[in-house]
Amino acid sequence: MPENTILEVSNLSKHFSVRRSLGQIVSGRKSVVRAVDGVSFAVRRQEILGLVGESGCGKTTTGKLVMKLLEPTAGGIRFDGREATNAAGEELAHYRRQVQMIFQDPYASMNPRFKIRDVLEEPLLIHGLGANRSEREELIRQALAEVKLTPVEDFMGRFPHMLSGGQRQRAATARTLILSPALLVADEPVSMIDLSTRAEILAMMKEVQRKLGLSFLYITHDLSTARYFTDRIAVMYLGRIVEIGTPDDVVDRSVHPYTRALISAVCEPVSGRVKTIKELPIRGEIPSAAAIPPGCRFHPRCLFARPECREQPEPELAETWTGHLAACRRWKEI
Amino acid sequence: MGATKAMTDTVVDVENLSLHYFTSKGAVRAVDGVSFSLARGETLGVVGESGCGKTTMGLALLNIPSPPGRIVGGRILIAGTDIVPMSEKEIRQTVRWQKISMVFQGAMNCLTPVFTVGQQMRETIQTHKPMPRAQAEAVIARYLGLVGLPAEVARRYPHELSGGMKQRVVIATALFLEPRVVILDEPTTALDVIVQAQIINVIKTLKREMDLSLIFITHDLATEAEVADRILVMYAGKVAEIAANEQVFDRQPCHPYTKRLLAATPRLHEKVSELAFIPGTPPDLLDPPAGCRFHPRCPEAFDRCAREEPPLVEIEPGHLAACWRCINA
Repeated sequence: MPENTILEVSNLSKHFSVRRSLGQIVSGRKSVVRAVDGVSFAVRRQEILGLVGESGCGKTTTGKLVMKLLEPTAGGIRFDGREATNAAGEELAHYRRQVQMIFQDPYASMNPRFKIRDVLEEPLLIHGLGANRSEREELIRQALAEVKLTPVEDFMGRFPHMLSGGQRQRAATARTLILSPALLVADEPVSMIDLSTRAEILAMMKEVQRKLGLSFLYITHDLSTARYFTDRIAVMYLGRIVEIGTPDDVVDRSVHPYTRALISAVCEPVSGRVKTIKELPIRGEIPSAAAIPPGCRFHPRCLFARPECREQPEPELAETWTGHLAACRRWKEI
Repeated sequence: MGATKAMTDTVVDVENLSLHYFTSKGAVRAVDGVSFSLARGETLGVVGESGCGKTTMGLALLNIPSPPGRIVGGRILIAGTDIVPMSEKEIRQTVRWQKISMVFQGAMNCLTPVFTVGQQMRETIQTHKPMPRAQAEAVIARYLGLVGLPAEVARRYPHELSGGMKQRVVIATALFLEPRVVILDEPTTALDVIVQAQIINVIKTLKREMDLSLIFITHDLATEAEVADRILVMYAGKVAEIAANEQVFDRQPCHPYTKRLLAATPRLHEKVSELAFIPGTPPDLLDPPAGCRFHPRCPEAFDRCAREEPPLVEIEPGHLAACWRCINA
C-alpha cells in the first residue's frame, strides 16, 4: 500500500441472500443480490474521492462496508497501512474514531431530544475523550466553530428541530470532526438540502477538509456536484466500478459507454433544448442485482456491445491512460 | 400583463391569486397575489426553493387547497371561466381532470400495492366516464402506449415496476379525460438521471402529440432549461420574475434572486472552483418582511426595497420582474 494512501479497498463484495420462493427451496436454488461485486479503489491522503452512480448501484453499501457497518462477503479493507477487514476490540474502536460518517438525512440522524451540545458530546463519551465536562465543552466549541455554527454558545443549547437543514448538516459535520478522524464518508450529504444552500455546505466541507487535511469519500448520484467537489471520481454500475479518473477526464473524456450515457442524461442550465428530444445512448432499464448479466454486466444496455462482451469474462478495470481506468474492452474503438 | 392577455390562445389566466394556510399561529401567506398566464401549447416552468409556494399554487389551480389552506382572493380563468367561485360539485364535473389535471409530487409512490396497475387505472376512468370493461382496457392500452409502456404493464402490480415505469403510469392516468392543461409537480425529482431524461422525453412527446399546455414545477433550473418555454420564478409566495427560456439562460435574468438561483445551479460541463450560494434562508411566511420579500438576502437591495413592495412590471416585452432595480433601470 503506497505511503500516500489512507484507505485501500480490494475486491470488496457484499452479497445479500434474499427470501426464496417455495420452488427455489425445493430445487435448492439460491437467490443472491450482489449489491457490491468486486470493488477496488484507493483513497489517497487529503483527497476527495467521489463515488457516483444511480440508485441500486451499490454505492451506499460500499460506504457502509467502509464504515464497517456491514461485514463484507469477500475482499479486504486496509486503512492507514494496516489490515482493517477483521478489526475487533480496541482496533475496531480506533478504526471507528478514524473513519466517520455524515449521513444523507440531517433530520433523521440526530436524536430529537438531544441538544446540539449533547449530540456532539455523545461520541466523546463513547470513545472516552475529554477528561471532564469542561474539557468536552471546549472540544464541542472548537468543532462548532470549525463548521461556522456561530455564535457557538447559542447553537449548543438548541435542539435539532430549531436548525435548518443546512445548519443540521453543519452540526453533523462537527459531530464527525470532534473525534479528529482521518477519513470522512459522506453519503449524499447535500441531496436533502435546498439547492440555494447546497453549495454553501459543500464549500464548508471542502474548507474543513483542506484545512484539517482530511480524506473524503463522497457518495452521490449527482455528477455535477461531484465534478466541482471531488479530486477523483469513480463511476459505479450494478455493484462494480466501471470508470475512475480525475473529474475532468471522467466528464469530458469519458471512455466507458455507461459513463457517457450518464453524462448525456444530465440536465444543463443552457437554452435551446426545449424543442429537442434527447438521444440517450443506452438501452432498456437497469437489471436487478439478483440477476447480473453474464460477461460485461453492462452489455445488455450497451449500444456498442459485441458477442464477445457477453461471452468472454467480465473486463477488469484497466489503465486507459495515466491515472485513468475503465472496465471496457472496446474503449479504443468506440 | 397587457400583451399576454391580448393573446387569443390563453388557456389559463391567473390574476392576483392568494392562498393562505390558517394555522393556530396566524395566516401563512403561501401564495400571495400571484398573476400569470399560460398560452396554448406552452410549457411554463415554475421554480423556487422549497417552501416558496410552488406546490400550493399548483393545488390552487385545481381548487383543491389542502386544509387548513383556503383561496382568499383572485381569479383563476381556465378556458375563460373563473373556477374560484364554482361549487366543488361543478368543479369536479366540469373542470378538474377534464380541463386541467395534475401529476402530484411523489404520486408514483402512491399507487396501491394491492391492485394491479390496470385495476387502478380502470377505476379512474370509470369514475368519470362509465364504460364497459373491455373498452376501458382498450383506453388504458392506448395511453400506456403513449407513454412508451407495453399494454401488459396493466396486469402487473406496482412493486413489479421500476420508478420510471410507475411515473409513466401516473402521467398516463392524468391524461385519461383529455385535459388541455397538465400541471406536473416535480415529476423527475426522485428519479435517476437517465430515467429523468427518459421521462422528460416522454413529457415532450406527449405535449406535441396531444396538444397540451404544461405547468412544470421543479426546484431545479437545469431541468426547466430542458422543458420550459417560459420560466416563472417564485420567492416567498410571490412571483419574482417571468422570462423566456432564452432570456434566463442566454442573456441574463434581471431579478437578483433568479440570478443567484442560476449561479447556484451546478453545470456539468463547466469547470468552476467555487459554486455560488444564496446566504440566509427564505422568510417565515407567517410574518414576511416588509417591502420586497427578498431584500434581507439581496446583495443589491437599497433603502426603498425595505419600505415598498415592488410590483410585477413588464420591463421589456414578455419579460416581467418584481424588483425596484429592474423597474428603475
